[in-house]
Amino acid sequence: MVHWSAEEKQLISSVWGKVNVEECGAEALARLLIVYPWTQRFFSNFGNLSSPTAIIGNPKVRAHGKKVLTSFGEAVKNLDNIKGTYSKLSELHCEKLHVDPENFRLLGDILVIVLASHFGRDFTPSCQFAWQKLVGVVAHALARRYH
Amino acid sequence: MLTAEDKKLVQQIWEKVSGHQEDVGAETLERMFAAYPQTKTYFPHFDLHHGSDQIRGHGKKVVAALGNAVKNLDNLSQALSELSNLHAYNLRVDPPRFSSQLLSQCLQVVLAVHLGKDYTPETHSAVDKFMSAVASVLAEKYR
Repeated sequence: MVHWSAEEKQLISSVWGKVNVEECGAEALARLLIVYPWTQRFFSNFGNLSSPTAIIGNPKVRAHGKKVLTSFGEAVKNLDNIKGTYSKLSELHCEKLHVDPENFRLLGDILVIVLASHFGRDFTPSCQFAWQKLVGVVAHALARRYH
Repeated sequence: MLTAEDKKLVQQIWEKVSGHQEDVGAETLERMFAAYPQTKTYFPHFDLHHGSDQIRGHGKKVVAALGNAVKNLDNLSQALSELSNLHAYNLRVDPPRFSSQLLSQCLQVVLAVHLGKDYTPETHSAVDKFMSAVASVLAEKYR
């Protein structure tokens, strides 16, 4: 079980409380597809992904980004059992979606950058530490049921 | 591979950095030491407290070196040759494939913190590619 200090929990939930899940989710997923274009391989039925502008404006990207970040919220609500929270999703990403877990790390780093751009100075080094730890734990949990 | 557009974006971003090299450098390193404590193992001889002169000095060095790389985007191998040797033979930092991801992430967080929306997806992509190219060059001589 991952150990979270009181400070880490506080930093995580105070940031999360201010996050616009729809906006941040859409932005994080769009950036993933733009900065690491090979990730588009998982979204061939999303329509037009031909340019950053197309990706950012793509309604399927926005919707899916929101879905992904909403799911991330489950981790925030269940910091003491992230493993259990993502058990089914891990199996799904392995068995049905066939996503290389490295991609979870990429998305996690991008999410941190998106948060930094939204919160500016309020996204302190301590905040970043807590969030890098969280995205790492989530990525690990999502990879855990791979076989 | 850095496209012409990528190079332009990196140069533009660097212009914004150039007035604040010391601050950007110091904050990048501070964030790296805070978010990735394992990176501190390379600086047992440093005072790593917030605002330390050594962090400021080293941060300034790192950003200046990156700035030199930005001025020589068409010939990174040559521009970074000395640093490549230094990292491979003297410093022997865990190969830049890994550790540079950490530095790159923290530099990008600093840029995002200060530029907000201006750290656009296109800029993000160009900077990420640039840092990746720098890491490749630094790693060339490792073995």
